[in-house]
Amino acid sequence: MDSPAIEVVNLGKQYVISALHDGRQSISNALIDMVWFPVRMGRDLAHGRNPFRPSEDDLIWALRDVSFEVARGEVMGIVGHNGAGKSTLLKILTRITNPTAGYARIRGRVGSLLEVGTGFHPELTGRENVYLSGAILGMRRTEIDRRFGEIVAFSGVERFIDTPVKRYSSGMYLRLAFAVAAHLEPDVLLVDEVLAVGDAEFQQKCLGKLGTASQEGRTVLFVSHNMNAIKVLCTTALWLDGGRIRMAGAAEDVVDSYLGAVLQKAAQQSAFPAINTQYGLGIESCQAQFLPGLEDDTVDLKIDLVVTATQEWPRVGINFSLTTEGGIKAVSIGSKLSGYIFDMQPGLNHFSLECSAINRVLAEGSYVVGLRLSSPGIERIVDVGEAALIDIPGYDFFGTGRYPQARHHGPALLPLVIRQKEHVSS
Amino acid sequence: MSQANLSLPDKRSSENVILIEPTRGWIPINLWELWQYRELLTFFIWRDLKVRYKQTALGVVWVILQPVMTMVVMSVVFGKMAKIPTDGIPYPIFAYSALVPWLYFAGGLSRAAGSMISSAHLIQKVYFPRLIVPIASVAGGVIDFLLSFGVLIVMMLYYEMYPNLSMIWTLIPLLLLATLLSLGVGLWLSVFNVYYRDVRYIVPFLTQFWLYVTPVVYPARLVGDSWKFLYNLNPMVGVVNGFRWVLLDRGDPPGASIWISVVVTLVVLITGAMYFRRVEKTFADVI
Repeated sequence: MDSPAIEVVNLGKQYVISALHDGRQSISNALIDMVWFPVRMGRDLAHGRNPFRPSEDDLIWALRDVSFEVARGEVMGIVGHNGAGKSTLLKILTRITNPTAGYARIRGRVGSLLEVGTGFHPELTGRENVYLSGAILGMRRTEIDRRFGEIVAFSGVERFIDTPVKRYSSGMYLRLAFAVAAHLEPDVLLVDEVLAVGDAEFQQKCLGKLGTASQEGRTVLFVSHNMNAIKVLCTTALWLDGGRIRMAGAAEDVVDSYLGAVLQKAAQQSAFPAINTQYGLGIESCQAQFLPGLEDDTVDLKIDLVVTATQEWPRVGINFSLTTEGGIKAVSIGSKLSGYIFDMQPGLNHFSLECSAINRVLAEGSYVVGLRLSSPGIERIVDVGEAALIDIPGYDFFGTGRYPQARHHGPALLPLVIRQKEHVSS
Repeated sequence: MSQANLSLPDKRSSENVILIEPTRGWIPINLWELWQYRELLTFFIWRDLKVRYKQTALGVVWVILQPVMTMVVMSVVFGKMAKIPTDGIPYPIFAYSALVPWLYFAGGLSRAAGSMISSAHLIQKVYFPRLIVPIASVAGGVIDFLLSFGVLIVMMLYYEMYPNLSMIWTLIPLLLLATLLSLGVGLWLSVFNVYYRDVRYIVPFLTQFWLYVTPVVYPARLVGDSWKFLYNLNPMVGVVNGFRWVLLDRGDPPGASIWISVVVTLVVLITGAMYFRRVEKTFADVI
């Protein structure tokens, strides 16, 4: 009978909202606060509140009553929306921040990977950074000495190992940083959204290394928005929602339920109107529909978009993306790329987004439409990740009577041709 | 099953179990953990030095130039113009022998004060005993100290001043005293700095003020007797006087007042470390 590698019991973390806002206050503000304190205290006492405790509406539970266990050698994924408490949970388990309630027990050496390149210093060379970052991540000097060759070989930057990393390309930098982290040999590995950076090849390498770690019998806790990665790598998963556990169980089931909820929420279109009051610009509504296409079995996607503005807004970019239900980004078309930049007039501005024969380029499946408004210098005026849900119908792309599905065959319909050229008999 | 666990000791019972739970109030200073992380401490010191001296030639020159230039300015203003009495010691070496420990102290203090902020990124991403950060930033000053001490030796040879060789060992406890005081004040300031960013504007003012209540530009005997007790509460008075007494072989040996320095230093250091420990768990949330 083995005790679990990670044991979490009723864990909770409470933040004071005002502290989140003005954590960096100045001494003069603090003095003003002090002068006003008797007044506030009198008011609090009159209302029957304890003036020395922040009021209840000023407190927020980022994590509440979370209990679970991770067995030795188990790989557990954590899914949930932004702000669901995933990062807070990892920060508590890595001892970066302190819980407010409950406790957690971790058995064995803990390695954490909350970002790639923790502790890297741009002025130092690759070699120096391997040592520094290794030490920060918890490796002993002798251990780094022993594995140095391996780390450098894995990173593939041998030639530049004595060059300051500020001269590295971002790809080289990431590879070296990840190589150090990948050679940590903890019993328990806590990983946050590391895969969000880097190109596809890099992400593949990261995933591969995580897979190896689990084969070597390490316990892994893995936060990701990449649902496929969670399904492939994890045996169990945890779904956090509003700081609480919404579901725990087999990774496959949890991911499916989570995605189901995401899609359902998208279908309700509760996202609208999404107005940025600061800029006085936003999306009033967004309606997606399919129209029969010109050719047989094809459909056209048509989205009616209404942008509302309180004043004249020049050069507003409309950025469009499609994500599969598996969390794979099928397309992301920015306004810089497409040139779809418009001047907005005060009031309602109507747009129509059209894409003909969409089921000839994208495979059958559910997709989430993402819409973002930008303007020069402002990346995100409004960013609606789940603006609409569309179900692209199937299309007999290869003429085999089988319909490619996004879930199994990938979102892109590639006009692949395989031709037999010659035959040489042996 | 739990009984089986009790009767058969777990093979891994020796492995470390980390318990994470809410902490309230005062937390003891975990010296054992600091010791376990000593390698990281040396890596931090090494990183700071490496980065500081990266543009090599100029980097080291600056370390030597800074106290020397300060000494030159002081010699002109206080030695030549104000004609401050120095018991017949040439003013440049009178000032410089005090500047060496003083700049070590003041530099360590201001680096420690800003250390938590400049390590904010690390603090939010990885765990290690937070005390390492200010400790490393103070300890890194030793190299600067040795370099400027080298200049001091050259000056002593030039002015034909010879140290009290039988007492030269006292420089080590004096340096330690300056180190601990620098760390103690640095700890307090580094915590304040996390919560109030204007501390960084206060630090230069504080060190400036402290310089004038320390006998760096003038001899300690100029201070009136009625002020002596208050004056001696400043541990740097003992440190600077001790340095002059050993190196220039002038003045009085550190007497009972050095114990006041020791007590004040320990009080500042221990309260600073305790306060630091008390609030360190919230750094990542606030910084």
